[in-house]
Amino acid sequence: MSTWPTVLLACALAYLLKLAGYLVPGRWVEGRRRSRVTTLLPVALLAALVAVQTVAGDGGGLVLDARAAALAAAVVLLLLRANFLVVVVGAGAVAAALRALGWT
Amino acid sequence: MSPSVAREGSDGPEAPLPRDRRREVVRQSLYVGGATGAYGVSFGALSVASGLDVAQTQVLSLLLFSGGSQFAVAGVLGAGGGGAAAVATSTLLGVRNGLYALQTSRFLGVSGVRRLFAAQLTIDESTAVGVGQPEPPAQRLGFWLTGLTVFVGWNLMTLLGALVGNALGDPRRWGLDAAAAAAFAALLWPRLRSGDAAATAVLAILIALVTTPFLPAGVPVILAALAALVVGLRRPGRHEADLEGADGTLPGSDPVP
Repeated sequence: MSTWPTVLLACALAYLLKLAGYLVPGRWVEGRRRSRVTTLLPVALLAALVAVQTVAGDGGGLVLDARAAALAAAVVLLLLRANFLVVVVGAGAVAAALRALGWT
Repeated sequence: MSPSVAREGSDGPEAPLPRDRRREVVRQSLYVGGATGAYGVSFGALSVASGLDVAQTQVLSLLLFSGGSQFAVAGVLGAGGGGAAAVATSTLLGVRNGLYALQTSRFLGVSGVRRLFAAQLTIDESTAVGVGQPEPPAQRLGFWLTGLTVFVGWNLMTLLGALVGNALGDPRRWGLDAAAAAAFAALLWPRLRSGDAAATAVLAILIALVTTPFLPAGVPVILAALAALVVGLRRPGRHEADLEGADGTLPGSDPVP
């Protein structure tokens, strides 16, 4: 898929999911286990995205580089209850600084 | 009509919101909406850094309008993943908005065109502010005002971020690839309150790391969704039978399997 179809399909499906909640009867998604799974779904995906964005190399292997140090900085900022933007900008700044010093 | 009258009892159909409560809800909505809208700048910058153009970035904020899913589309494409993997990850992350809609539809009472607009504004923040109010008029005000404030702020800041990101040039030099990982971590952080959530995150990270060298980019993330199934469908032990709700508000009482 080239980029535009990807973007538009993602938009359409996201909207249909939102709209579905207004159209389907609530009992379809009730139930303890089902709600546990749907609560945990974003946790699993976001955790995997953190991992892949941090250590996936260009060729498909795993690499430890400035991104890992930046993620560590992000975790420290999150522990300090920093605001979202501070976390994102802070991590980017750590990676940029390390690369400027010659550490990829 | 009848159901709400019955529920309201002697208060009549629905008392209007007192002025101080109204001001309180407006302030909360604008605060949450403004703070969240500001994050749009990071999405805009990261999206163009991962190879989308300004128009595609803006369309995601206008039409997809759900932060986690938008970051996922940009992140998966930027990491060299295929369109199908990007759409699948984005859509799986968007499932929660449908669940929010089940809750908001109960107090919004919308139909027709208003329902179509309400659906687009059904995201984490509008739902949280709406559901957080005790009385229905405040729930509706909180939902709509928060949703609209986020929408306007998020889109304006996306444009700003995309233009700035384009001007910056090489994204790696500015650490924008690392900033993307931090954005996902910041989105994940508030969801890690229960033992189940922590177990899911650990399992998902393991699945993603182990499969990344062998599978096309983007696919390991989708495979990691299995972690939610494994942990979520696990038969709850008797000791946790009285844990209320899915988000497990009692961390620590649920040891990792």
